[in-house]
Amino acid sequence: MTHGQGAAMDEHASPQEPTGSHEHRADDPAPGATTDAGRPPVATDPDVDLHVPQQRQELRRHPVVLLGTIAAGGVLGAFGRYGLSVAMPHGQSGFPWSTFLANVSGAFLIGVLMVLIAEVLPAHPLLRPFLGVGVLGGYTTFSTSIVDTRQLVVAGTARTALLYLLATLVCAVLASLAGTLLARTLAARGGRA
Amino acid sequence: MTLVLIAIGAAIGAPARYLVDRAVQSRHDSVFPWGTFTVNVLGSFLLGFVVGGAGVISPALTALLGTGLCGALTTYSTFSYETLRLLGTGGRSLAVLNVVASLAGGLGAAFAGFAVASAVWG
Repeated sequence: MTHGQGAAMDEHASPQEPTGSHEHRADDPAPGATTDAGRPPVATDPDVDLHVPQQRQELRRHPVVLLGTIAAGGVLGAFGRYGLSVAMPHGQSGFPWSTFLANVSGAFLIGVLMVLIAEVLPAHPLLRPFLGVGVLGGYTTFSTSIVDTRQLVVAGTARTALLYLLATLVCAVLASLAGTLLARTLAARGGRA
Repeated sequence: MTLVLIAIGAAIGAPARYLVDRAVQSRHDSVFPWGTFTVNVLGSFLLGFVVGGAGVISPALTALLGTGLCGALTTYSTFSYETLRLLGTGGRSLAVLNVVASLAGGLGAAFAGFAVASAVWG
């Protein structure tokens, strides 16, 4: 919430700026989030985190390819979400299972993806924009989940609304954790094999 | 045809999320994920507005703006992953703040969007 570091975050900062020369989050003890030279910080925001030098520069380097990749992924993700909503329709007062499933499964997959990108794959620079920002961002939806909740409140089923709101939140965060842990376990096994 | 409209909306919404997220971060360096918070609240307002205007806004435009644009502009995967990261990095109060602010802010924005649509179109 400080404004003073804004200049260091400027995406127009010199591309020659060496990794780790800018400030990282002091309270982030996660592996890789250190300021050791050559070790990239782990992003908190999986869409884009300007603390990661490569991500800070990616838009300026390949704007058309990058945004096109995100758009293509977003379209695929939205198709998946729409397909679920057609397969599992719900009424005004019914539990919105399709949105719930999209959000929870997308949360699981982003957990898997972030581990793969950070710890396993020598990731292609467009992998995160395509799968994370595009496909999973387009597949999951915060706005529909919120407006679904509003509809349930207005339909007089406040209890279902609260259940849906909290169940989505808890299951999605747990799913992200499960995805992260599963990917780490598999990666560790793969590393030993 | 519906698929084409959803595709157009999503092809705008997903890059818009990326760009807004970047713009917010570059002006607001913080551990708190302001960028994601911003797109999610903004998208909730817009979807509330679209759903609120359902009698006036055609189903085709609803597919484009609602399912496509708002759906891709907002994200639950990023929201839950960030909440998990905040929990794991000692920022437990920030994680709670993120959840409460996003859900309350999103709901408030959705109700507001609906109210604006009702006021505009009666």
